Amino acid sequence: MNYIDSNLKVVGTRPIRPDGIDKVTGRAVYSADTRAAGMLWGKILRSPHAHARIISIDTSKAEAVPGVRAVVTAADFPEIASEEAFVGEGPMNFRDLSTNIMARTKVLYEGHALAAVAATTPAAADEALALIDVKYEVLPYVIDVDEAMADGAPVLHDDMFTAGVNPKPSKPSNIAKVVTFKKGDADAGFAQADIIVEGRYTTKPVHQGYIEPHACLATYNPDGQVTIHASSQGHFMIRAYTAKLLGLDMADIRVNPAEIGGGFGGKTLIYLEPVAVALSRKSGKPVKMQMTREDVFRGSGPTSGASMDIKIGAKKDGTIVAAKQVLRFQAGAFAGSPIGPGCMCGFALYDIENVDVLGYDVVSNRPKVAAYRAPGAPITSFAVESALDDLADKLGIDPLELRIKNAAKNGTKTHYGVTHANIGFEQVLAVTKAHPHWTSPVAPGNGRGIAMGFWFNIGGESSATVHVNEDGSVTAATGSPDIGGSRASMGMMVAEVLGITVDRVRTTVADTASIGFTFLTGGSRVTFATGMAVTQAAEKVVEDLKRRAAQTWDIPVEAVEWRDGMAYPAGSNAGAFEPLDLAALALKAGRTGGPINAEVSVNAQGAGAGFGAHICDVKVDKETGHVEIVRYTALQDVGKAIHPSYVEGQIQGGAVQGIGWALSEEYIYNAKGQLDNPGFLDYRCPVASDVPMIEAVLVEVPNPRHPFGARGVGEVPIVPPMAAIRNAIKHATGLQLTDLPMSPPKIRAASDAAA
Amino acid sequence: MPTVVLSSGGSCRELTGGLTTFEVEATTFRRLVLELEQRFPGLGKQVEESMAVAIDGEIFQDAYGAVLKPGSEIVLIPKIGGG
Repeated sequence: MNYIDSNLKVVGTRPIRPDGIDKVTGRAVYSADTRAAGMLWGKILRSPHAHARIISIDTSKAEAVPGVRAVVTAADFPEIASEEAFVGEGPMNFRDLSTNIMARTKVLYEGHALAAVAATTPAAADEALALIDVKYEVLPYVIDVDEAMADGAPVLHDDMFTAGVNPKPSKPSNIAKVVTFKKGDADAGFAQADIIVEGRYTTKPVHQGYIEPHACLATYNPDGQVTIHASSQGHFMIRAYTAKLLGLDMADIRVNPAEIGGGFGGKTLIYLEPVAVALSRKSGKPVKMQMTREDVFRGSGPTSGASMDIKIGAKKDGTIVAAKQVLRFQAGAFAGSPIGPGCMCGFALYDIENVDVLGYDVVSNRPKVAAYRAPGAPITSFAVESALDDLADKLGIDPLELRIKNAAKNGTKTHYGVTHANIGFEQVLAVTKAHPHWTSPVAPGNGRGIAMGFWFNIGGESSATVHVNEDGSVTAATGSPDIGGSRASMGMMVAEVLGITVDRVRTTVADTASIGFTFLTGGSRVTFATGMAVTQAAEKVVEDLKRRAAQTWDIPVEAVEWRDGMAYPAGSNAGAFEPLDLAALALKAGRTGGPINAEVSVNAQGAGAGFGAHICDVKVDKETGHVEIVRYTALQDVGKAIHPSYVEGQIQGGAVQGIGWALSEEYIYNAKGQLDNPGFLDYRCPVASDVPMIEAVLVEVPNPRHPFGARGVGEVPIVPPMAAIRNAIKHATGLQLTDLPMSPPKIRAASDAAA
Repeated sequence: MPTVVLSSGGSCRELTGGLTTFEVEATTFRRLVLELEQRFPGLGKQVEESMAVAIDGEIFQDAYGAVLKPGSEIVLIPKIGGG
């Protein structure tokens, strides 16, 4: 059923968040809060070298430390053959995943795990780690993506031969893959152009910066049953990866989802869980592991950094006739950067006849990258949206008008072959043009920038159950970890379908043994896909309630209608009966067929792409190079906002993370290839005092493929900020910056050079 | 017959010997995958494991039953995840 044009009473309102009290009172149980009787503390030994061959690992002294119960190395994990699968948020090679959580023959980055200890106290575990004797043959390393691609660069993997080129290379290299997308004839298009802009842009790897470090508690029972408590973006993902890496049956593993303190894509793969299970198996005790912040930076994945070349050509009237882009993405130590979406997203917003995009997936001696909101899109859009601003300058056209003139519409065929449908980009641009931020004058000395963003959004597999309890209250359960407010939005959709108030519905996140498979929370899929499942489950409950009312009144089910949470006879011919509410029907459930519940599993399609526009005003201190964000407005097509406050929060959070990416966040490596700033003091994420109130403007273009019109919202808002800020700085100072972050030293250097 | 378009260069084109557009006799996505595997060994497997498909403009991921019509355009693209 589709409710888009219905008179909605719950969806679209702003009830108090169901997890709010627990979180603000400190009662919410995160992974690090879990305990078990007899629990041991697990800790990991990490490589001090950026690249080295492991000659030997002697754990005998560590094992002799009082309190130490187990030590594991790669020898305690099965060797896994190279096997590509798309099982998480991107292509995954299980051999790489296994080698990433425990190095086997080489360490490939500083922080690479190569042994682990379980002991009765953290101090004993630390003492044991210090006594593990590792003999290394230190190898040359490479950090930078362009240097990693150069002839003569240290090669990380002897068996990596660039895929996607013909003929197949005869020598291994750090280029894992080459991808290309072509539409039309770019060279012919440039020949028609009156104006051409070109540029080279670079971005740094940035961490998702979730507040909660990775942590888990694992228990391996003597009968082979495993229980894991962990926070993640997908407890089914933890179960699958742990089973694969340890050679266990999934049915023997039960993963309980803990409250999650942020993920943003970084918790779509695993680091600790198989290690904790291996330690528990060896020691016979539950094992708890938790990363420090330093571990998070050294051992878990940021998103890619990149270097990019871009060229865009247009006619004098602003019609873009050709575009070319070359993208080189750092994948970290193992293949798998988001080069595919990186190549697809930048020009997806525009109707361009001739496009040529070439992408490289490149390994180097850094932690393996993980997903980060709209993986790849913010990087490519930094180059595209910056170049478009320069193009607008050259053409003497308003930068928003340039976007409006070339905007993709329903029916526009992208350079990667997909034809846009049910998109709201034109509506976003129209609202942006009329917004008071855009129409207001820029304060003297300040600069204003604008940039756009796109993300596909996805659907996928989700399961949900809806139970009517004995008193008529309702419990809904899904398999989706709640990262962006899904418990609230799921409960609201159930309440809307059942015709009751949302305070009568409680939503939980069920463990892997208690609900059907649910793909992880990512790709901005949960409100869309799991929302579809929970809506259909509620509809099945309504049908069942109508049947039970019909049975109670002894009339045909067709003579019963359901509205406002009650069953009514459908007209006077059906009979004169008092309406039956949920509580009345639940009370008699035993007489009408037993418990009232429904479970639905879906593989949702038709997610509906998202588009956004960000406007940013900055003030630049020319003495210090400090950039102050004076005003920031983020406008986005969100489909139908189920709970507008959460949607606004997603947009504000994405914008703030983008501000950090633009202005301050970067990994700083020393001359030995070691990370010098593995903490929030030196790795500078923006805090509340760094940003103004981010005004989130919800443009609601309902997605007809969802019962309430929802589309994903969590990824688009991190795409435009870097270019919006760069363009604002340009208009404030005249500096055409091309390298992120645009931190004070860089702005000072650029100012000095310009002077 | 539906037309298959490889939007992305790279390993798919290696398997098709450089072909980027061709027709395949199939009425469902599953049949398409089987036909691709038969005609270009390795391509069907690759499509199934690591690619999404856009059928007449709409992206489908993992949908064997998606219906193909005569004249449908099927674009093979990298599978899409997210963060």
